[in-house]
Amino acid sequence: MKREVPLIIVFVTGVVMALSDFVPHQSIQDIREFMMSWLQIIGVLAVGLGLVSLTQVNWIKVRRKAEGWPYALITLLGMIIMLVTGFAWDYRDAHNPFQFLFQYALMPIYATMFSLLAFYIASAAFRAFKARNTMATTILVTAIIVMLGQVPVGAHLAPLKSWIMEVPNMAGFRAILLGIGLGGVAMALKIVFGIERAYMGRD
Amino acid sequence: MMTRLPVWLLLFLVMLVGAPLSGADPPRPPADVSAADTPDDSGSSIHVTWTLSPDDGEGANNLTTYEVYRSGSPEGPWELLGEEVAGSSEYQDRAQIDAGEIVHAVTDGTPYYYTVRANGLDGWMEASAPEPAKAAAQWYHKGKTPILAVLLLFSALVLYFVQKARSHADDIYVRPIAGMDAVDEAVGRATEMGRPILYVLGLGTAATISTIASYAILARVARKVAQYQSRLIVPNYDPIVMAVAQETVKQAYMDAGRPDLYNEKDVFFVTHAQFAYVAAVNGIMLREKTATNFYLGKFYAESLLLAETGNIAGSIQIAGTDEPSQLPFFVTACDYTLIGEELYAASAYLAREPLLLGALKAQDMVKGVAMLWLLFGAILMSFNLSWLRDLISVRM
Repeated sequence: MKREVPLIIVFVTGVVMALSDFVPHQSIQDIREFMMSWLQIIGVLAVGLGLVSLTQVNWIKVRRKAEGWPYALITLLGMIIMLVTGFAWDYRDAHNPFQFLFQYALMPIYATMFSLLAFYIASAAFRAFKARNTMATTILVTAIIVMLGQVPVGAHLAPLKSWIMEVPNMAGFRAILLGIGLGGVAMALKIVFGIERAYMGRD
Repeated sequence: MMTRLPVWLLLFLVMLVGAPLSGADPPRPPADVSAADTPDDSGSSIHVTWTLSPDDGEGANNLTTYEVYRSGSPEGPWELLGEEVAGSSEYQDRAQIDAGEIVHAVTDGTPYYYTVRANGLDGWMEASAPEPAKAAAQWYHKGKTPILAVLLLFSALVLYFVQKARSHADDIYVRPIAGMDAVDEAVGRATEMGRPILYVLGLGTAATISTIASYAILARVARKVAQYQSRLIVPNYDPIVMAVAQETVKQAYMDAGRPDLYNEKDVFFVTHAQFAYVAAVNGIMLREKTATNFYLGKFYAESLLLAETGNIAGSIQIAGTDEPSQLPFFVTACDYTLIGEELYAASAYLAREPLLLGALKAQDMVKGVAMLWLLFGAILMSFNLSWLRDLISVRM
């Protein structure tokens, strides 16, 4: 029974959601919206679950003075400060401690992490574009054409760059997308029919 | 005896009378006004169409807007529903929200009469739809018939091959997936080095297909980790994903006969903020010195930040995602990459269950049909024959 009930719920939900795409009648759409609202409710409740997990894991580290415990302490303090300021002041107001922390602490940190991507792309490209064999050399030459075709100095390569991007690149991209699309549908069918059960804790 | 009028007064009178006369006609009305139930919808909506006025964009070119009016009877009173700019030839009549209140609601089954007014600077002219229209809800979206046909065909093939696989499972060949074959080796290496294994499920939710596919691999990895008595760390971006991951890992440890080794604190929630999550996971990689990193699921801009850090740290890395734009980053920075559908096929590949293999076979069959269809369609379109394209065109 422990296994059958989730499978029945998944089957019924899957069939109704699939039907709602082909049946525009309001009665089915109402059921769909009802199910979607459950998704939101579960999502909100899960935030509490996440907070409990975060607190437990980090508090244990701090209490045991485990390696890197100051990071855990900062995480806990950050969480508590944001929670307190978020509850104490209206987060929609432009000027309050919550917004101040969000705008002048959190956002710059996010931006810093994102900006690292530029350096990581450079180091990854350096490794990827080594002409070790025929395939790697092909990638290297193609990359040089595409990169030069994007800037004024390589304007004469722009038509070749466009062809590379729109023909071979697009063909490969669409082949992957086609596989992903069909694979996604197959996976959805397997879940609805109860063939795929990995999400229940078993493979 | 006539009195002579001053010249300036004559000029003023001519300007006063003559100016409006030069463009005084209002724009001509639109033609063929008609109203009908909006097709393939949930009701409460009527679609009004008309042919552009001869003075819209040409002719006197003095039309500014079209106003659409509605009434319960052909005599009125008429209710202004909305305005469309010149060049528009349709209007969707459905309930609108004005100052928090629902206005102009359309009731299913009630006949409505429509008039379209062509407005200009010099007045207006209007035309009415000859017949009233009634809104109705449909039980089937005709425009999506091709999608339904493919879905039914696909479902039938899946069920057929699943049935067939029950008796002939050994006949189904699955090509080797290097990334999956390397799982045991990667876990073994981490055990030999005495370092933990990191498993990242990505930024998807528990409803994301790639995340669901990733659970199957997580179960396999967790079982191996339990057998080798190593340590598995699973930091999560989504609390629901974390709950399912905890259950998956716990079950795997139980299947391996080592439930005592399972530590719930190693499968934990980090944050729901993308870059904060990256910072935390990168920190775990560097502090815990993970020997093997798995990145399997849905990834966005963080893919390279994670994979490059792992690469710099010298970890074995196995990645897989169905996000095509992130695949090049994983291919560059990881040892093995599961490309798109390979991730979905992982559960069948690892479990070798007939049911899963059957579904995989059906997927390949449909892919073959799709390839032939594309080839045939490309040949037809090269000869300017579009009937195949029209046959499968979808109206949303």
